[in-house]
Amino acid sequence: MKTQTIYQKSSGLTARALTYCPGCTHGVIHKLVAEVLVEKGLLETAVGIASVGCSVMSYEFFNCDMQQAAHGRAPAVATGIKRVRPDATVFTYQGDGDLASIGMAEIVHAAHRSENVTVIFVNNAIYGMTGGQMAPTTLIGQKTTTSPRGREQAQTGLPLRMSEMLATVPGATYLERVSVHDPKHIRKAKKAIEKAFDVQTKKQGFSMIEFVSTCPVNWGLTPQDSLEWAVENLISYYPLGVFKDATAGEDHEN
Amino acid sequence: MAKVLMKGNEAMALAAIKGGCDAFFGYPITPQNEIPEYLSTHMADHGRVFVQAESEVAAINMVYGASGAGARVLTSSSSPGIALKQEGISYMAGSELPCVIISVMRGGPGLGGIQPSQGDYNQITRGGGNGDYHVLAFAPETLLETVDIVKQAFDLADYYRNPVMIAVDGLIGQMMEPVDLDKKPPRKKLKPKDWAAEGLSGVRGHRNTIVSLHLDPYELEKHNLRLKKKYDEMVKKEQRYEMIRMDDAEIAIVAYGSVARIARSAVLTLREKGIKVGIIRPLSIWPFPEKAFVETPDSVHTLLVAEMSLGQMLQDVKIVNNGQRTIKFYGRAGGVVPEAEEIVKEVQKIVRGRQS
Repeated sequence: MKTQTIYQKSSGLTARALTYCPGCTHGVIHKLVAEVLVEKGLLETAVGIASVGCSVMSYEFFNCDMQQAAHGRAPAVATGIKRVRPDATVFTYQGDGDLASIGMAEIVHAAHRSENVTVIFVNNAIYGMTGGQMAPTTLIGQKTTTSPRGREQAQTGLPLRMSEMLATVPGATYLERVSVHDPKHIRKAKKAIEKAFDVQTKKQGFSMIEFVSTCPVNWGLTPQDSLEWAVENLISYYPLGVFKDATAGEDHEN
Repeated sequence: MAKVLMKGNEAMALAAIKGGCDAFFGYPITPQNEIPEYLSTHMADHGRVFVQAESEVAAINMVYGASGAGARVLTSSSSPGIALKQEGISYMAGSELPCVIISVMRGGPGLGGIQPSQGDYNQITRGGGNGDYHVLAFAPETLLETVDIVKQAFDLADYYRNPVMIAVDGLIGQMMEPVDLDKKPPRKKLKPKDWAAEGLSGVRGHRNTIVSLHLDPYELEKHNLRLKKKYDEMVKKEQRYEMIRMDDAEIAIVAYGSVARIARSAVLTLREKGIKVGIIRPLSIWPFPEKAFVETPDSVHTLLVAEMSLGQMLQDVKIVNNGQRTIKFYGRAGGVVPEAEEIVKEVQKIVRGRQS
């Protein structure tokens, strides 16, 4: 019988097996970013920046030049790379602890300067790598190892919506929040990544795609229940959609 | 070309451009502001990169990225700002990335003051970042020497793939003095940066990664030992110092940077009085110039360590002296610059002490 390859790992990823937990959506997001880089012919000129958190090892997975940044500093590292190598395709890959907590200044100012880089922001409302601590994005009532009775607003405030916040920054060019909980949304998410890299290729400035993601292990849920919990709880607080598109007028003209 | 009169900070900035600096990332802090101010226009005029970052933390991480992409990169700051950069410096040492850092020291701790100080000797030579690492550190005495060492620093950083720190006090940053910016310091033979992650995996045929993470302890220890080899090479090759009127000296003043200049005046006065005194002037403060103390003639019975701190280099002098000679200390702190007369009195005290 003749065999035919109908699906294979993207050449934008290395042969190295991913280290992510079962049911976590990092794998799908890695695949989408890798596919877009390959399909757009950008992989060979790409420099990715791995952050600190679950995706700390992503420099082992993306099949392009990679730099590993200190916690939260990926947008500053991206700035340094892009300013001296403007022809490179520069992207960061950051979690919500990295981007929305310790790296708040760096992400806001990269957007403020409209650095011509792309940010892949994976928001699963918890610190995964360190064992499930509360993040600025943790929902009210959500139990974590540092909010074992559930996050309380009085002590810890309300969860931060990064895409909405960055939409108020004049320099930000393209901001979209997507989800990868089913095939339809996965296809939509890929389109968003394509758009973000197009913005960079056209030198239009700062783009960020936020992914509503999961953490079955630290949420204490099965992979399937995690996806359902994300749809029911996270997406209702973190609605999907385009939060800013400063290229809109231009695309319309074309 | 003839010498030109320039302010210290601006001379260092121009020396960096002449040294082949491709990019500068910095943040305002007194007393080093003339460096970013000068570079904000002159880097662009030379087709190079200038970015005023949102913080010292961001600036050093921009340096990390640009250096990781193969560029020659500079940042500058002063004491509290250098404190903020320490994390990034540790990452750069761990990832073996070159860069040049100009530290224009002011008084501390905390916000301290803005007057000249040498209170960051420990910060610079011991490092505030985590882990087993060193940065090559030079503390020049004049602007002439400063511009030479700034130019050489880029070669040294590339050669060792390690951060190089230029440590001056606010006095050198703020004063005006003749400089010769066309003088060509000795060049290092450099290999191409085939390790850089600059977005050329297609051309290169393989991908490069810039990483300081090694989760396997045996692998990390191997990395630590490899770094150690590099630091050992620096200790062997980069000890720099000057022996001033040491041939017949009985007392040696150990001083660096601005204090060495002041000590020179003190030595003139003391020699007129017939006191045989010289100066051991470290130019490299890491590696500390141990060789200078080996060379010190047997006639020297006392070392007077003079610093604009309350005794930081003093610890290194004690280590290399290893109990051989008597050590005395004179320090001013907080931004107070000692007068030559104060050092003269300290030396006279030593002479009287030995007579009684």
